[in-house]
Amino acid sequence: MGDWTVVSMTGEIDLATAPQLRQEVVRVTSGGILRLALDLTGVDFMDSIGLGVIVGALKRMRAHGGELVVVCDEPRVLDLLRLTDLDRILTLRPSLDAVVS
Amino acid sequence: MSETIELEIPARAEYLSLARLVVTAAARIDPMFGDERIEDLRLVVSEATTNAIEAHVRHTSADNVIIRCNLRDDRIEVLVRDRGGGFDPLAVGRGDEAGDAGRFEHEGGFGLPLMQSLADESEIQATNEGGTDVRLVVKARTTKDTADNRRPS
Repeated sequence: MGDWTVVSMTGEIDLATAPQLRQEVVRVTSGGILRLALDLTGVDFMDSIGLGVIVGALKRMRAHGGELVVVCDEPRVLDLLRLTDLDRILTLRPSLDAVVS
Repeated sequence: MSETIELEIPARAEYLSLARLVVTAAARIDPMFGDERIEDLRLVVSEATTNAIEAHVRHTSADNVIIRCNLRDDRIEVLVRDRGGGFDPLAVGRGDEAGDAGRFEHEGGFGLPLMQSLADESEIQATNEGGTDVRLVVKARTTKDTADNRRPS
């Protein structure tokens, strides 16, 4: 993945599981990385708590001029990003390969 | 036909997936509910139950969260009742009122607009016990079903 740092999550992102993802995002971004790929290709359900984690990751990356890409191919998760207009401010890619290319 | 299923869960995040599972399984009993509507239901129940659990945690309430489903011919009505001091709908939704910049600055505030957007009916009411009732109706066939008109305004 070259100079990209990848954080992957699988299964469901909700109130029970989001803290784990948030902690991992905080951990990897604390070092001031410039490129973060949030890999959600293995996520089959996400609610608004997950959206909060994504927005948090975006803020952390933007704070030091970094770049965030959300990797997602699950239609329901993509639908959620569209519904909340987050697709307008996020960079979305369907696969990790598409991030590098 | 009208059938009621009631579930009481401890106000802990670990029980959220059980709430989603039970409500969506109840809706699947009715063959009129397609996958898309079931997924809408899964999301709105998750949002309402999350708010209820958070209200209980905030008010250190030991009571359970109640989720009651009423299955009718063409719809499922879900009541999520918290007894944890309730939550302020305006506070939960404040991110949405702040415009794009404000909304994305705030890391929450997506839940209520999503509930209102995906449920055919949604209603939030304070209860006499100091909690909150969230009533959601998801119809087997909705009038607001296309992705394009689903963006919350």
